[in-house]
Amino acid sequence: MTRRRWETDGKLRWVILLVLTVIVIAGAGTYAAQAFQRFQAASLAASSADIASGGSSLPDQPFVLFRNTASGVGYGQAATVLLSAPGAERTVGGVACDRVYGTSGEVMCLRTNRGLVTSYEAAIYDRNWQEIRSWALRGIPSRTRLDEAGSTAATTVFVTGHSYAGTGFSTETVISPVDGGPGTGSLEDFALWVNGAQVSPADRNIWGVTFLPGQADSFYATAASNGRIWLVEGSVSSRKLTAVHDGAECPSVSPDGKRIAFKKNMAGTVTPLWNIAVLDISTGTETLLAETRNVDDQVEWLDNSTLLYGLGRDDAAGDSDIWRLGTNAESRPELFIQHAWSPSVVR
Amino acid sequence: MYISVSDRNGGKKDGHVAGGGRTRRPETRFKLSHTIVWLGVVSMFTDISSESVAAILPLYITGFLGLSVIAFGVLDGINQGASALVRIAAGWASDRMGHPKRVALAGYGLSMAARIGLLFAGGFWSLTAIITGDRIGKGIRTAPRDALITVSAQPEHLARHFGVHRMLDNIGAATGPLLAFFVLMLIPNGYSTVFVVSLAFAVIGVAVLALLVPDLRAGRPRSGKDEPKIPALSFRWRMLREPGLGRLLIVAGILGLLTVGDGFIYLVLQDKNSFAVQWFPLLYVGTNLVFLVLAVPLGRLADRWGKAKVFISGHAALLACYLLTAMPFAGIGPTLGCLVLLGVFYAATDGVLAALASQLTPPERLATGIGAAQTVVAVSRMAASAGFGILWFALGPATAMVVVGCMLTVAVLASPFILNGIGHERRVA
Repeated sequence: MTRRRWETDGKLRWVILLVLTVIVIAGAGTYAAQAFQRFQAASLAASSADIASGGSSLPDQPFVLFRNTASGVGYGQAATVLLSAPGAERTVGGVACDRVYGTSGEVMCLRTNRGLVTSYEAAIYDRNWQEIRSWALRGIPSRTRLDEAGSTAATTVFVTGHSYAGTGFSTETVISPVDGGPGTGSLEDFALWVNGAQVSPADRNIWGVTFLPGQADSFYATAASNGRIWLVEGSVSSRKLTAVHDGAECPSVSPDGKRIAFKKNMAGTVTPLWNIAVLDISTGTETLLAETRNVDDQVEWLDNSTLLYGLGRDDAAGDSDIWRLGTNAESRPELFIQHAWSPSVVR
Repeated sequence: MYISVSDRNGGKKDGHVAGGGRTRRPETRFKLSHTIVWLGVVSMFTDISSESVAAILPLYITGFLGLSVIAFGVLDGINQGASALVRIAAGWASDRMGHPKRVALAGYGLSMAARIGLLFAGGFWSLTAIITGDRIGKGIRTAPRDALITVSAQPEHLARHFGVHRMLDNIGAATGPLLAFFVLMLIPNGYSTVFVVSLAFAVIGVAVLALLVPDLRAGRPRSGKDEPKIPALSFRWRMLREPGLGRLLIVAGILGLLTVGDGFIYLVLQDKNSFAVQWFPLLYVGTNLVFLVLAVPLGRLADRWGKAKVFISGHAALLACYLLTAMPFAGIGPTLGCLVLLGVFYAATDGVLAALASQLTPPERLATGIGAAQTVVAVSRMAASAGFGILWFALGPATAMVVVGCMLTVAVLASPFILNGIGHERRVA
């Protein structure tokens, strides 16, 4: 072993290191301080979208509930616009949410509580934005839905691996009564039936619940295992999931219950490119729609022939828009609500 | 105890070998090498840098970029596999060049460059490329860095020196996530600030390595003119023919195959106790604290009592943790006990394995030997996670734990026999 003597006390090295360290720390510190100032200024600045004054309760007329992503006051908060005037000024409810879903009387809100130990939470609000109940979530909010009556809530979160353990991510989906009664536990524990046989794959993941109109027991969801993805029909009471279609993710049942809109991975590689497709439940015909951008959202039905979904903005990270798209193959996407995410139509 | 009895001889030989022919009990006074402290500081800063980003990455991807993390998980698995394989290659390159510091610097530098890329990342692919770069950088630097530790340490106190390094390393790993979440607490969408802070720490880490760590020679001796070139692939076979190292790799591989990820252990504990889920992240912090507190004492123990013994006993701690999780009773006691046992497991195995591997490898193949041992552990643990996932669904969490526990019991009891007499013919330096 050769060990060349190294002058660790060589002054020059120390000076270089010291100067470099000071520069780097000063640079990062300045950046952080400026970012903090920008954040404070932005959160106090007027919103970049028109915001209505007043409105401490949900509208009486049909409305769209969403997450406001316009910079300034009210960023990240649940907001509403009337269905009759989606482009008009929005009413911000004062409640911060990453994902929202509503009925005429309740709002379901999934959010991140930032802190040294960051935690995740689901909360349910009444129509006056008063919190009825909240409970902890096991991971980062992904999807949420309420049944039509607002008695049952479904949540999907990403349960993250840890950097030491390393191994990836999985989803956890739970259906629970909003009044705090016992829920289903993870839907992964439901029996999974594919082609008439029960399968028990080890790595199954369930996500993206949508309730059938007027039902709290029957729902559709996505099940995946070994790279295969199924649309499954589920029942809470019989704790059973049955695969009914291939390759359909994040389903959403139309108001008349006849069709299911979903996102379909067209890339066939590890990097997904999701397009929107609509499945006719009675005939099994699948129609691929004309949206060519990558849609990573659980689509919402505006009416029986129109869909809504969020798309991130390229020019501003953390901002997004809600788009509308007809369900015939020729229809072209149109901007529906700017600076918005997680649409929920309340009729 | 059965293990200690059957391992006593191995331990003696350990001590004998570590002493490089001197008496067993380390007589040389422990003198902490500056190089190792600086290497520890490098790792500390680098871990602050990488763990701060790793902690918030899922939130950044899903909450901010609005991407799905499922595909990301798949890529992460691939990256980890690539990183594990790069380790042997980097170790081998380090041995060929004889300058571990240069290879380590390349690894740390690549990870630092990835942090710069993070500031400009937008889409899924650029993010993936950057994370891959970071992981490969980690794969490159590990074995040459541990080779540097080996040549800088007093052979009698090798494991203790590794303990010092791992302690500093883990201080960084524990600080990084706290720092990142603190930034996000002040600036909710301040991901770019986290990236900038992370880059700053990476730069300081690389600077400390470049400026304060001497370019020690390790690997191929500079004098004794090169033997005929060794074909690229032959190094594996040569390594396995090293008396001892081959057996160590076998034991490490078997034990690694029975090491289910700590993520699973936390899930079992959580299922049983249903303690408030928001405290879930604190489990990791707890294990980490125990690890960093015990890294030095257990390294010291390994130098005195035998590295192989401590390495195997660490797996006995893991076994005890499995049993605790499988017990029918719940509560805060078993959970805390499990955290401590997991911390003991890491403290007794991580640095000690590197020390053991370097002790069993001839100097001219030092980094390759260390890299091989670490690759075997990483790959076998990845396989273990996949396999345990299947057991989990087939048998249920508690039963799966018991099954793996039984297999681990057999492996822990058998390991001393496989390792018996290792290091007979080999010595360090």
